[in-house]
Amino acid sequence: MEVFNIALRGIFIDNMIFAYYLGMCSFLAVSKKVETAFGLGLAVVFVLTLTVPVNWLLQEYVLKEGALTWIDGSFESIDLTFLQFIMFIAVIASMVQLVEMIIEKLSPALYGSLGIFLPLIAVNCAILGSSLFMVQKDYNIIEATSYGFGSGFGFFLAIIALAAIREKLKYSMVPSGLKGLGITMLITGLMGLAFKAFIGIAL
Amino acid sequence: MSAEATVVEKELKVEKKPAEPFLSKRRKNIVTDPLSDDNPITIQVLGICSALAVTVKLEPTLVMSIAVVFVIVFANLIISLMRNLIPGRIRIIVQLAVVATLVTLVSEFLKAYSYDMYKVLGAYVGLIITNCIVMGRLEAFAMANKPYDSILDGLGSGFGYAWIILTVAFFRELLGSGSIFDFKIFEAIGWTTFPTNGLMVDSIGAFVVLGILIWIQRSKSGYVEH
Repeated sequence: MEVFNIALRGIFIDNMIFAYYLGMCSFLAVSKKVETAFGLGLAVVFVLTLTVPVNWLLQEYVLKEGALTWIDGSFESIDLTFLQFIMFIAVIASMVQLVEMIIEKLSPALYGSLGIFLPLIAVNCAILGSSLFMVQKDYNIIEATSYGFGSGFGFFLAIIALAAIREKLKYSMVPSGLKGLGITMLITGLMGLAFKAFIGIAL
Repeated sequence: MSAEATVVEKELKVEKKPAEPFLSKRRKNIVTDPLSDDNPITIQVLGICSALAVTVKLEPTLVMSIAVVFVIVFANLIISLMRNLIPGRIRIIVQLAVVATLVTLVSEFLKAYSYDMYKVLGAYVGLIITNCIVMGRLEAFAMANKPYDSILDGLGSGFGYAWIILTVAFFRELLGSGSIFDFKIFEAIGWTTFPTNGLMVDSIGAFVVLGILIWIQRSKSGYVEH
């Protein structure tokens, strides 16, 4: 049950966009149409669900202080935490590459819709951010996977909702200086206000 | 004459061109354009994540700005020096490795000399790696320009980013906590019942303040998005 709760918390309460502001760049840039937003959202869920557990393994068995004792007892004092950023980003970049190649091989249709977004994801802060938060939260591997999926799905929901609003917004009279980014920021603020309603729910 | 010799001769000819002044007009523009007309946050829509996340108080924002300027300038310099050696296919990973190394330096420096600040900024220091401004400048400028120009470009983009997030932080701290750099300004002038606005401390305040700032900035520069 705890595993399920972690995913739910990631989707609604600790939403990547509204609570941590992560992945804002692609959230704002790729939310002009629902169709493309759907593609990007799906790719983010996919990559997050894979990279968070992989980075968890890396943190647990390589980077953490004393993590290398499974090789030899004398490695107890080695602390490689300072390599965390480089290792995590390398894992993310290579996972994205790998996922891209696998999807291209297995499902050309899916590749067609996700294709252009996959390289973008390597530099999406939500991906690196989830891995860094996962370390802080001290999860086990199943919880970490569930957290990865939850935060990905939260991003997915948020970007689709924003894209739907922006599609309607095309027919509104917006002051010219506020067009595009300005009004999108204000709308995101209002959506964040709505998401605040979930905060009282104790999971 | 062999083909190689002609190439060498061509290169020599290029070098003979009179040297550009140290601060020519073009170079000044490289620095000043990102401050207003081509601002990374308000016009190019890059680096929004950290612009919102760390701007609750002015002090962490200032540290963040310094860190980002440092990372952009040095990443631009290093990538610009290596630009002819990097194979096109793996350039993203090379860029990420350079940026990640610089960010690790910043993070270790903060951990050693200002541990409290390191705790406040938390994961957001690490997230400079995926700050789109850094990657964007590396892709768009440093990969195609000389080191000195790249440093100037880094400075311009860094300061363009810094002044926006400092302005956002100023309003958020003033209205949200009633203070500036943790100095209780309203209590100091005798207005002890100043109603602080909880929304400003929250994420919503960040979105709204930045949205309004973008509105003002774009109305002034006349930039309209279609």
